[in-house]
Amino acid sequence: MRKVAVVRFPGSNSEMDAMRAAEMAGADAVLVWHRDTSLGRADVVVLPGGFSYGDYLRSGAIARFSPIMAAVQRHAAAGGAVLGICNGFQILCEAHLLPGALMRNAGLTFVSRRVPVTVERTTTPFTSAYERGTALSLPVAHGDGRYVAAPEVLATLEADARVVLRYTTDDPGADSGNPNGSAHNIAGICSADGNIVGIMPHPERAIDREIGSDDGLGFFRSLLAAPVAVHA
Amino acid sequence: MSFRVRVRVMPRAALLDPQGQAVENALVSLGFAGTGDVRIGRAIELDVAATSRDAAVARAKEMCDRLLANPVTEDYTVEVETR
Repeated sequence: MRKVAVVRFPGSNSEMDAMRAAEMAGADAVLVWHRDTSLGRADVVVLPGGFSYGDYLRSGAIARFSPIMAAVQRHAAAGGAVLGICNGFQILCEAHLLPGALMRNAGLTFVSRRVPVTVERTTTPFTSAYERGTALSLPVAHGDGRYVAAPEVLATLEADARVVLRYTTDDPGADSGNPNGSAHNIAGICSADGNIVGIMPHPERAIDREIGSDDGLGFFRSLLAAPVAVHA
Repeated sequence: MSFRVRVRVMPRAALLDPQGQAVENALVSLGFAGTGDVRIGRAIELDVAATSRDAAVARAKEMCDRLLANPVTEDYTVEVETR
């Protein structure tokens, strides 16, 4: 059984949802406090959504220096699977575990609704349960979700197929479109090795048809096949 | 010695600054004709203890590179004066 560590920062608000999603998929989930220095032999790390440190200075800028982040860096460097959701994605960018940055939404308003996205890469620990090209409807809830990166970084992300999720803009549905002005309609990317994934949408809030959708459950089912961490 | 450091962090010129645009539109609608290229950044002031002015500048720049500014999206300037 895969063991998933969900990190709680001061201001996280989706950590319990992430735990429940991992457990529903069949994984063992533990909550790790941001001041801890060990991930407790976890195979997979999830940095959940929320507003760590009140988004002071920049979203994720202070959380990236939390003591647990040294362990996350080591886990990632060893090829361990890391998923950053929303604020977790912002933290991964601030920590330079993923390239680019997430800036204030182009429309300036906080966007909280479901958006159509397309799964573009399935060779990651979090999207292997999907077919490439799968259309999903996932909730977003963020004020700082506009993905930006230098032109050469965007070119590399495209050339190396590192765009994991893209906002669907050619869907005739009313909610179609890029909700925040992200470059290349990017909703999620991965590291060069694919083991680190950052996404703005919240799959952990779409895991049960009884409350609307289980489109997001595949992210957590996928991690059941994630690499088992080797602990020294 | 103690120095007062003033850091000015601005969004990089090539990047969309929606806050600046919104404020620009507001200024124009208030009648401030000819207003253009409004950009919004942040100012940070702090005290630094250092042995020299150069050392204070170096310390402030290190603070900017590591935390106060995001090298992907922002540029910064540092001013230092003796306390």
